[in-house]
Amino acid sequence: MLDETAVRRIAQLARIRVPDDEIERLSGELSGILGWIEKLREVDIEGVEPMTGAVDTGLRERPDAVTDGGYAERILANAPETAGGHFVVPRVVE
Amino acid sequence: MTGLVGATVAEMRAALAAGETSALELAEAHIAAAEAAAPLNGYITVTPEAARRQAAASDARRARGEARVLDGIPVAVKDLFCTEGVRTTAASRSLEGFVPPYESAVTEKLFAAGAVMCGKANLDEFAMGSSTVTSRFGVTHNPWRRRGDDRPLVPGGSSGGSAALVAARAVPLALGTDTGGSIRQPAAFCGVVGLKPTYGRCSRWGIVAFASSLDQAGPIARTVRDAALALGAIAGYDPRDSTSANRPAPDYETALAGGARGLKIGVPGEYRIDGMPDEIEALWARGAAWLREAGAEIREVALPHTEYALPTYYVIAPAEASSNLARYDGVRYGLRVPGGDPIDQYERTRGAGFGAEARRRIAIGAYVLSAGYYDAYYLRAQRVRALVARDFARAFKDVDLILTPTCPFAAFPVGERMDDPVAMYLNDVFTVPSSLAGLPAISVPAGLSESGPPLGLQLIGRPFDEETVLRGAAALEAAAEFREPPYFSVAAP
Repeated sequence: MLDETAVRRIAQLARIRVPDDEIERLSGELSGILGWIEKLREVDIEGVEPMTGAVDTGLRERPDAVTDGGYAERILANAPETAGGHFVVPRVVE
Repeated sequence: MTGLVGATVAEMRAALAAGETSALELAEAHIAAAEAAAPLNGYITVTPEAARRQAAASDARRARGEARVLDGIPVAVKDLFCTEGVRTTAASRSLEGFVPPYESAVTEKLFAAGAVMCGKANLDEFAMGSSTVTSRFGVTHNPWRRRGDDRPLVPGGSSGGSAALVAARAVPLALGTDTGGSIRQPAAFCGVVGLKPTYGRCSRWGIVAFASSLDQAGPIARTVRDAALALGAIAGYDPRDSTSANRPAPDYETALAGGARGLKIGVPGEYRIDGMPDEIEALWARGAAWLREAGAEIREVALPHTEYALPTYYVIAPAEASSNLARYDGVRYGLRVPGGDPIDQYERTRGAGFGAEARRRIAIGAYVLSAGYYDAYYLRAQRVRALVARDFARAFKDVDLILTPTCPFAAFPVGERMDDPVAMYLNDVFTVPSSLAGLPAISVPAGLSESGPPLGLQLIGRPFDEETVLRGAAALEAAAEFREPPYFSVAAP
């Protein structure tokens, strides 16, 4: 079961700020879900290959050519903050 | 011609072809219907101007003798499909202010077939839910109620807005998406038809991603024929989706004529779960009897890993969601909550943008993918998924279709099943296994529950065999003769 330290670590991995007063509740909910998932331990999976997709499709190849692009202004149109044709993020390097 | 509000797609097509109405007239009637349906909160965004523009273009095509398969048919689109120039929310605060600069592949095809969009339908946030209660735009109400009880019922989910609008006759057709039951379960709760095609049949390009190995688009309509017509319009290969199947889409409407005679239909004993109400068991037996009377042969089949499908799904879907939803960083689109450095900004933005259920699923996903837990949870779930799929592959050596109830219970009041996430997850116990296996499946309304709201039966088919699924569904529909109107309808009585 997940203690509060573990929940804080998961929230940090997921890059989601969870207020202190919600950690306990989230811990209970996540523990409940994970406890229910434990049922999968009963299954004999010896020699079974993992299924990664719903249908057997090999990855397709295509000629290595530009097929899209050339409209930076449309892509930037939804950005919260832009400058000079770029996305703006908080300063990373002092 | 408000008389056509409440008509089916096939009836509207006939009226349009006969010149008894026009696309513009239908659009105006369904713009008014959207207003009349406002108490249900089925739409997040209504698009009357776009509808009038598309309808005028449709009438012009028809005048030139170039009418297409869905020309002039009013539709609602789940607000998970990106629509060019029309805000797309996924019912999340994370996408605040987002107006797609492109059209999703499926809506592009739908509009190319002549459909007229009346609005974007409500859903659970990022399609994560089974009752449309996690939408940041508020819950959608089911047009049905329990007898002698005026509490609003959930429409199911996540395509709850789409199903409620079709049931209330606000549109004859809507698009949904189904990851673990999100088309079929709301269709069952609202008394309409919901078809999840084979994974790969319809392009996922431009659909806001939830779980990429499971997500699939499909129609919600009032009749099997209308669902077949719509599937024909939206199916097909798309090189922009790497999992899109490169195979031709058959004429599904023609397939309906095949009937159920000679079909072998399996009934899996594992779907008789503990605590399932007698009325669901009785409905299921009635469905089998209807198909037998239509000339099908009913056989028991074994799907021994059924009980593990739901927990498997709740490892795989959250894992894929946590990866897909990593894109909501507040940099390129959507909500941004400013912070001191990039990490601080990500955490603030995502903490404010995601609702409780999305947050839970992202957290579960991050956990099962994290170092030290990956093998125990994620890899194990992928291997159990292979066993669930193998069960179906074996069963389909003996039968052409599998018949089950769509859901173990009928629609419930808004506010119930909210305290325990796992209680909500049980909604999808009968729809998740076929999703894991990528199979086509349909829910057909089959009768009313003792409490009042409708119940659905599900037919599951072989990969890319939607035609047989539709044949079986048409037989169920003909036998069920489900004609009850819901408590709330915008069609003239």
